[in-house]
Amino acid sequence: MRGLIAARVGMGFLTLAVISALLFFATDCLPGDVAAALLGPQATPEALATIRASLRLGEPAGLRYVHWLAAVLHGDFGRSLATGRSVVAMLRPRFQNTLALAGLAAIVAVPLALGLGVAAAMRAGGRLDRAVSTLCLLTISVPEFFIGYLLILLFSVQLGWLPSLAVLHGGMSLAQRLGAITLPTITLVLVVLAHMVRMTRAAILSVMSAPYIEMALLKGLTRGSLVLRHALPNAAAPIIAVVALNLGYLVVGVVVVEVVFVYPGAGQLMVDAVGKRDLPLVQACGLAFAATYVGLNLVADIVAMLVNPRLRRA
Amino acid sequence: MSRSAVVVAIILAAALFAPWLAPYGEAQFVGGVWDPPSVRHLLGTDNLGRDMLTRLIFGARNTVSIAGLATTLAVGLGVALGFLAAALGGWVDALVSRGVEILLSIPVLISALMVLAALGNSLAVLIATIGLLESTRVYTIARAIARTIVVREFVAAARLRGEGLVWVLAREILPNALPALAAETGLRFSFIFLFIASLSFLGLGIQPPAADWGSMVRENAPAINFGLIAPLYPATAIALLTIGVNRLVDRYLAAESRPGAA
Amino acid sequence: MSAAGATAGPVLRIEGLSVHSAGGVALVEDVSFELARGEVLGLIGESGAGKSTIGLAALGFARGGCRITAGRILLGGTDLRLLDAEGLRRVRGRRAAYVAQSAAAAFDPAMRLIDQICEGPIRHGLMSRRAAEERAIADFRALDLPNPATFGQRYAHQVSGGQLQRAMAVMAMACGPELLVLDEPTTALDVTTQIEVLAHLKKLIAGSGTAALYISHDLAVVAQIADRLLVLRHGKPVETGSTADLLTRPQTAYARALVAERAGVALAATASAAAPSAAAPVAAASPAALLEVRGLGVHYGRQAAVSDASFTLAPGETLAVIGESGSGKTSLGYAVCGLVPARTGSVSLAGVELAADYAQRSREQLRRLQLVFQLPDVALNPRQTIAAIVGRPVQFYFGMRGPALASRTSELLGLVGLDPAIAGRRPGELSGGQKQRVCIARALAAEPDVLVCDEVTAALDPLIAEEILQLQRRLQERLGLAYLFITHDLATVRRIAHRVLVLWRGRIVAQGATAEILAERRHPYVAKLCAAEPEMRPGWLEEALARRAGTEPSNEFQSAGGN
Repeated sequence: MRGLIAARVGMGFLTLAVISALLFFATDCLPGDVAAALLGPQATPEALATIRASLRLGEPAGLRYVHWLAAVLHGDFGRSLATGRSVVAMLRPRFQNTLALAGLAAIVAVPLALGLGVAAAMRAGGRLDRAVSTLCLLTISVPEFFIGYLLILLFSVQLGWLPSLAVLHGGMSLAQRLGAITLPTITLVLVVLAHMVRMTRAAILSVMSAPYIEMALLKGLTRGSLVLRHALPNAAAPIIAVVALNLGYLVVGVVVVEVVFVYPGAGQLMVDAVGKRDLPLVQACGLAFAATYVGLNLVADIVAMLVNPRLRRA
Repeated sequence: MSRSAVVVAIILAAALFAPWLAPYGEAQFVGGVWDPPSVRHLLGTDNLGRDMLTRLIFGARNTVSIAGLATTLAVGLGVALGFLAAALGGWVDALVSRGVEILLSIPVLISALMVLAALGNSLAVLIATIGLLESTRVYTIARAIARTIVVREFVAAARLRGEGLVWVLAREILPNALPALAAETGLRFSFIFLFIASLSFLGLGIQPPAADWGSMVRENAPAINFGLIAPLYPATAIALLTIGVNRLVDRYLAAESRPGAA
Repeated sequence: MSAAGATAGPVLRIEGLSVHSAGGVALVEDVSFELARGEVLGLIGESGAGKSTIGLAALGFARGGCRITAGRILLGGTDLRLLDAEGLRRVRGRRAAYVAQSAAAAFDPAMRLIDQICEGPIRHGLMSRRAAEERAIADFRALDLPNPATFGQRYAHQVSGGQLQRAMAVMAMACGPELLVLDEPTTALDVTTQIEVLAHLKKLIAGSGTAALYISHDLAVVAQIADRLLVLRHGKPVETGSTADLLTRPQTAYARALVAERAGVALAATASAAAPSAAAPVAAASPAALLEVRGLGVHYGRQAAVSDASFTLAPGETLAVIGESGSGKTSLGYAVCGLVPARTGSVSLAGVELAADYAQRSREQLRRLQLVFQLPDVALNPRQTIAAIVGRPVQFYFGMRGPALASRTSELLGLVGLDPAIAGRRPGELSGGQKQRVCIARALAAEPDVLVCDEVTAALDPLIAEEILQLQRRLQERLGLAYLFITHDLATVRRIAHRVLVLWRGRIVAQGATAEILAERRHPYVAKLCAAEPEMRPGWLEEALARRAGTEPSNEFQSAGGN
């Protein structure tokens, strides 16, 4: 058992290492001369040489990667090409904001989704189930920004209840912060909710059609007993997988939502950086998101292992 | 025909026949900013005074065709690799699957953003990047489907006869995989379509002045603050297409799983 | 412990029961019977006869969209059809219990066995947790389960098939029901395990005075345990009577056919027809040996599935390979075909050694050695027409096309007793027996010398299986085919095999002419195998167990897949 967990964690680190290499080489293989592209046609030869040296452009790619990785492991992601400030200093507060938004959305969405998914599965084909299924299909089919703008139109412009821009600054009270963050959170929740409800429902339905459920019915167990004692424990592993997968959707959804509401998070930062081709910043953001995603999947896999009795004794 | 089929057909028609259907030119300035709907401009004008309806029609052509090309690439590559991995097994399967797993562990948006930062966002890069990234998802599904088919004895019977790999893949496996693959293609198209729209919305996809539903949402977004619904036209168009395709896929799957289907 | 509320009347009384599927098809039509206290009624029929449906109806249950449409189901005087959901719930498990066919599927994989077994009595409010546990442990002991005190602590996947089936019987009896419905409880077990489980079930039922419905398609098995029999066909009752009467003097034609098939009346006929290899040369040292296997070893990882197997097969001969699950017989067959490469030893066809991996054999070599699979449902591509399936080998090996191909295809279909008109259909539209014939036709299309048959009749109903066996014998006579016939069923071996080889745990323990090997029973395992084959006379079970207790074979020869 412990061996399996250790192996899984090792796989996680290996994945991160490979991802970091991919990130590095993907963003580093620019066609043409980086230095000239950055400084423009008026650059003096000395300026060009300085830039090339600081970016270590003369060294082979592999060596550059090693230098970069070493720096990263020390927490140094270099300096932003656009602003010149330390990348880490720029990223940290933004990433905290992003985690706050994603975390809040997750806390709201997960219990709600599990509840709705179980309820819909228990009365499969009924009115609740059909209503939920239709709503989920609609929500999944539309882009996140559509939901965002609809909510803005409704709550911000028409009703005036909530601000349309999620501007945060120091000195805001908690209530003001929550007010600013409400619409983005609701948007994110809706996006993730739909996916999770559909998958939870499918997982429960799959478990409910198993022969041992029929056997429990023939033993004369009550419906409640059946669900609680037989269905849910067996559905735990697939549901955990569902939750982990959707936390991944959250990582992606948060980027678009931040742009819609101009929320000062890492997603917005990354999009801006991509637009300006500010590579060190892009690399750092990409690695941060990827690491979060890999970490979440790792935790999910381990929890699934712990829950499965067959693996427990392996 | 069902409503979904009608909606999808209209949009596809717009995509195919854009230059003939659109009342004005794609980048033609015809009026004031955010004019309300009128007889001359059925959906009003956009943020630069261009006809909204025209922009929508050309947007259909641009976005749908890019999405279509990317989907073709994703499905073609994913199915080919997935089937090969399932049929050959052994180290081929292990190698490719490991590689795909690693690619899959990065969210598509993040990978796409990084590649676009590095290589710029020309159409070719866009299509190739999205096609390649999404092919990993198709690979996973295609391989899973092929694996369930490969273990059935009629495949062994064909191999024992001496049939070559291509014959086994094309004549034994593929026909049995078609329904599931068709559904997956439909779903993949709607994901890719949404994705391109999102990228354009972020300013990183199809570049102006080409019409594209995603960037149209971004361009017209400020109108919301004035209570105008201009950005909702392209957003609704996106929603209609994806909902339509998803519902068609759902109905196709339901029909396939009814007993009595071959 | 005795049946609750013992009534003077019958425990179960079914009157005019009809069950229809969601699509309106009648699964059961107008079935009536009675079951007295302590009596065992055997429900006999082929697949699709409606036996399981009736068994479930006795608990007021209908599977997947089906409905009980007519009749009365009186359990100790209560009509189950008049009860509401809560009333039915109270009856199930408590007054009537069900033992499913597959114990592995019926147990919750995430819960310990003891928890599931005690669940019933606790939820029905019959006893405390401790009392239920004690009773369960006592039952484990009574059924000879190993380590009764701790057996219940295990999970379903940690326990063997025979043990799990007994655990399910304990679970069913936990509430002391009046009625026990046993739905093919021993069908999935090996012959040697079956006999033990059967004995335990009989003891359990007799000891508690519970009435039982025993559902099976195997007349010989049911004859050991049932007092009365009811024969079903297509959901309708065909004949009923006491076991002894029905077995010795069946009235209807269908019942006669069933009894005959099982009793081996055909046996007498085939015994003389396939008389000890008088016509076919006995292989051994004959130079005309078509297939020669020497020292064959098949491994999966480090596990040896087959060790050191050597035998020969002459043209026109049938060599049966018999063994139970885990004996390696399928691996042996696959290795001969090259589907699973053998690690050691050699396979030679007509004197030429074949490559271990089929991918390295020549097309001609592949053509001469054909394989027919067990399950016709997965052996045929559902998306191809019968014409394409049967015609492809003809096209592939002989290059025929167009009208020549079509006529050859029709010829092949006729050869296996199928109407050539079905060529345009797809496998999904055919019955099990028809599909297996198509598989045989496909194999014949290559005009092979040797046909390896992997349990080809195991998945078919007895009467259909009999037809297939007769077809194979006719083809052998006509075309001079040699068969390597893999099976687990001794009766089949007696019918068609000239020679037999017996596999146990991957090794050949006996080999030779069929009649000799099966009559002499020199090797202890062969003796055990023969002894475990159920005969239809009532009382055989007791004799077999007595024999076993007397001889007490050493543990070494317990079958691999059994206890």
